[in-house]
Amino acid sequence: MRRGPLTRVMGEHPVGTAFVTPYVVFLAAVFAYPLGFAVYMSFHDYFFAAPGAVVDRPFVGFENYVTVLTDPAVQRSFVNVVIFLVINVPLTVVLSLGLANALNAAIRWRTFFRVSYYVPYVTASVAVVGVWLFLFNSNGLVNSILGPLAPDPSWLVNSKLAMPTIAIYVTWKQLGFFILLYLAALQNVSKDLYEAAEMDGAGRWKSFLNVTVPGVRPATTLVVLVATVTGANLFTEPYLLTGGGGPDGASASPVLIMYQRGIEQGHPDVGAAIGVLLVIGVLLVALIERRFVGREED
Amino acid sequence: MKVKFVALLLGAFVFLFPFYYMLIGSLQAEPDPSVSGAFPKPGNLTLHNYTEINKSIHLGRSLINSGIFTGGVILGTLVFGVLAGYALARLQFRGRGLVFNLMLLIQVVPFQLLTIPLYVLIVRSYGLADSYSGMILPFLINSTAVFVFRQYFLQLPAELFDAARIDGASELSILWRIAVPLVRPALLTGVLLTFIGPWNEFLWPFLITKQQDLQPLAVSLSNYLTTVSARAANPFGAVLAGACVLAAPAVTLFIIFQRRFISTNLSSGVKG
Repeated sequence: MRRGPLTRVMGEHPVGTAFVTPYVVFLAAVFAYPLGFAVYMSFHDYFFAAPGAVVDRPFVGFENYVTVLTDPAVQRSFVNVVIFLVINVPLTVVLSLGLANALNAAIRWRTFFRVSYYVPYVTASVAVVGVWLFLFNSNGLVNSILGPLAPDPSWLVNSKLAMPTIAIYVTWKQLGFFILLYLAALQNVSKDLYEAAEMDGAGRWKSFLNVTVPGVRPATTLVVLVATVTGANLFTEPYLLTGGGGPDGASASPVLIMYQRGIEQGHPDVGAAIGVLLVIGVLLVALIERRFVGREED
Repeated sequence: MKVKFVALLLGAFVFLFPFYYMLIGSLQAEPDPSVSGAFPKPGNLTLHNYTEINKSIHLGRSLINSGIFTGGVILGTLVFGVLAGYALARLQFRGRGLVFNLMLLIQVVPFQLLTIPLYVLIVRSYGLADSYSGMILPFLINSTAVFVFRQYFLQLPAELFDAARIDGASELSILWRIAVPLVRPALLTGVLLTFIGPWNEFLWPFLITKQQDLQPLAVSLSNYLTTVSARAANPFGAVLAGACVLAAPAVTLFIIFQRRFISTNLSSGVKG
């Protein structure tokens, strides 16, 4: 094929540019521009105005950030998300790897198991929250099974237990997705390594620790990262399960506070600042996790 | 092997029981949170809860709204996503690498940071509050589906495309006549993958729909849960009936097509 100057500049199939244009416009309009806009808002006195009205929204430096960082509700929500992650992330890794490993063996009813683990993941949280409320309320099924051992005040209205209950709920709901990630990763662990471990006299537990766990490390990095981002996105559960982050803010998430401050109370600049801080927080946590989980050997 | 099987069985119980309980609870005339209430009692079964929730939130209207929201996103993803996926897999053009990297980067941008600016832009600047387009816009093209389409187009043999190009076929007709029919399974996978996003989405449609007759089921059910249910005779029964209606389409689709669904996650997990 003759390569003219036009081909060199535009590539062999310039029509490709036309094909991706709608997608690129979408990415720019829905991700890139709002991302920049969020940062802009967080540094300005930004408020809602009638469409088309010309208003002055002066630059205020870090004022919104000071407002956010000195707000006890925001501080509490960030502590809450840490509590959430400390429970949710390790539990997710251990349970999903354990169940994926069991599922990977030649076992009866594999399809049934896979489907049953995946069902909570494909179901709307709003729907499942309804049944959890029924199960975990003061005289719900869980407490009637526990009898005298039932916590008082009950799970979702107990300031010490509300956040852990949400963390367990989310672990349960998302686990199927992570089990599938691990199942895929387990296919890539070489069978020879298991044979070698067996030859060295390693039992099942030893070979799980020495072959399986290091073998799926890239998947573990991904699982930890995705679980962290999902946790930082938490909104529906505190909004519905604990009636808006109750009791007394004990289960409020940053996104819930962002919604309350930014939209309900009409301070989008403060809301945007919470969002920016949350993302910086997630990036920091992800970096720390990467150091611990990511690559131990190199 | 026995231990593993028992562990898996126990797991399956923990995962499925709440769904069973959802169904039982939605059929109980009187809520029965005792242990024996977990077993169906013929005398205590009724469909009344479904008519009750239907009276408060108009299930039909809400389901149509969920359907339009989800359908719009699926349509957008199929039309624009297939075009983009094909171009990224099969066409050499300026900026291809950049678009590909952007697509990957998008996967890690947390949506929560975008909620406030998107709300300001879509509701305040473009005046799209209480409209289907405002609901659909932020989800219009599912990037994971674009990635899946690209992977499938990449697997097709190059000779096929070369031959068609020599015959003088335009890229659009090659895509439509040759490539799309060969990747039909990918389209189904893309549709399933895209479906659960908007169907289950709560925060965004909740923010931008205040009119009840425009709210998708996830939003109207949650409004019932937070405001109306306190005054209802059997609030749990009605909420669980609504929950069953909301859960049923996604769960049914998933069970029918479970093979498609699982292999998607497997392949994107391995290759991604």
